[in-house]
Amino acid sequence: MSEPALDVRGLTVRYRDVVALEDVTVQVAQGQACGLVGMNGSGKSTLLKAVVGLVRPDAGSVAVLGGTPDAARAGGLVGYVPQVDDVDRDFPVTVDDVVLMGRYHRMGRRRRTRPVDRAAVDEALTRVGLADLAGRQIGRLSGGQRQRVLLARALAQEARVLLLDEPFTGLDVVSEAAITAVLRGLVDDGCTVLLSTHDLATLPELCETSVLLHRRVLAQGPTADVVTPENLARTFGLDARAEA
Amino acid sequence: MTWWEVLVEPWQFEFMQRALLVTVLAGVVAAVLSCWLVLIGWSLMGDAVSHAVLPGVVLSYLVGAPFAVGALVFGLGAVGLIGAVRETTRLKEDTAIGVVFTTAFAVGVVLVSTTPSQVDLSHILFGNVLGVSDADIVQVVVLAAVALAVLVARRRDITLYAFDRVHAHVVGLPVRRIGAMLLLLLALAVVVALQAVGVVLAVAMLITPGATAFLLTDRIERMLVVAPLVATVCAVAGIWTSYLLDAASAGLVVVFQGLAFAVAYVVARRRERVR
Repeated sequence: MSEPALDVRGLTVRYRDVVALEDVTVQVAQGQACGLVGMNGSGKSTLLKAVVGLVRPDAGSVAVLGGTPDAARAGGLVGYVPQVDDVDRDFPVTVDDVVLMGRYHRMGRRRRTRPVDRAAVDEALTRVGLADLAGRQIGRLSGGQRQRVLLARALAQEARVLLLDEPFTGLDVVSEAAITAVLRGLVDDGCTVLLSTHDLATLPELCETSVLLHRRVLAQGPTADVVTPENLARTFGLDARAEA
Repeated sequence: MTWWEVLVEPWQFEFMQRALLVTVLAGVVAAVLSCWLVLIGWSLMGDAVSHAVLPGVVLSYLVGAPFAVGALVFGLGAVGLIGAVRETTRLKEDTAIGVVFTTAFAVGVVLVSTTPSQVDLSHILFGNVLGVSDADIVQVVVLAAVALAVLVARRRDITLYAFDRVHAHVVGLPVRRIGAMLLLLLALAVVVALQAVGVVLAVAMLITPGATAFLLTDRIERMLVVAPLVATVCAVAGIWTSYLLDAASAGLVVVFQGLAFAVAYVVARRRERVR
């Protein structure tokens, strides 16, 4: 494998006087899925945001496919799937309106839909199993279906690196299985996936590598080696040790 | 007099035709914009800009410049100041808006009180649509046409901005520029609405039609048709009624918009119960 798809070195991010990330170094190879495990407030979302250039590092560097985050965004190379609760479910758009938004950077100034965009939207919706709900307003879906719509938008975008913020939180079994299958397929096609999660059950089947995060990197490497009771206890504190 | 004559009679007068033209144009521009304002949660921003333009309008009259120039400068200045206060303090946005626009408005009130009587405060505050000059009409038509053209051409970007700014950023769209463009269009819409209904009621035109359309449909593309339609009907009804009752046209236009909202509210509640 050539250069890593994601190359984060010595990343430190502070919000005013709160340190969100400290000296974080993470690499994800191309065509791999990496799980980002940590408690709420451990800096998972901040790390994802730094990769897409939404937060600026106070120290360290972030490279995406060998270039800066800004260059990756300009080329539409990075996809970001937000937590489903971050989108306004009452917003007056349909499922295919949302997926089409994944194509805007490829369309002309007025964002007129071309046949190629239409086809990409249809294909993306078919892959996540929502083709028959294309005309529905997004509030009239289950949470899991809405999460799949957001994933379909990233598929339509044809991103090479996909970041997902807690994609499995609060999902029904069908949606969780559908999302896992789609992500696996993407990785097999050579895409790189970085997802934050505290759902440890799906981690081994989906992610080759994992990073345990608590402001600093506590452990990283092959998922089977990293996700051990001892490491999880350090990541989550004593509650997780009781569960494990 | 037959009912038809009653209906048609007011429109034979030129000042009524002008009033209708200005009010419909202002109503349509504000209504289209209002669809996104209510979705983003910027209703108060319309309030702020419309009040903040007062000193700009007064100064324009004093130096003999087109009122739109002063209004734009002060409207955008207020928006910039609100952003600066919010980002550099721990204050929330509604507080920043409240402090900035009331201060600007107060400056306007002081300016009016110290200037010779050619500036009629009540005309600025409540509009003077029955007495618009030719120059005013030209300004309104040009500004409204520009604002509408941009809003329609860029509607998909604006909708994405309203829906998911993070995604817009991630796919490389110029998020800040879209936001700035929207605020500039808001200032333009206020300048146009000012002429029709005045500073105080302009904010109604920037909220109510969009809110009404949002109650009636869950598709943005339909909202963008319903809202200006509602605004047009209310403009016609308001101006006509003002002739009949010899009452304030601006007030009546906004009252009709409120009535339209009430009707939409009832319709939406019924639909929800059926569903």
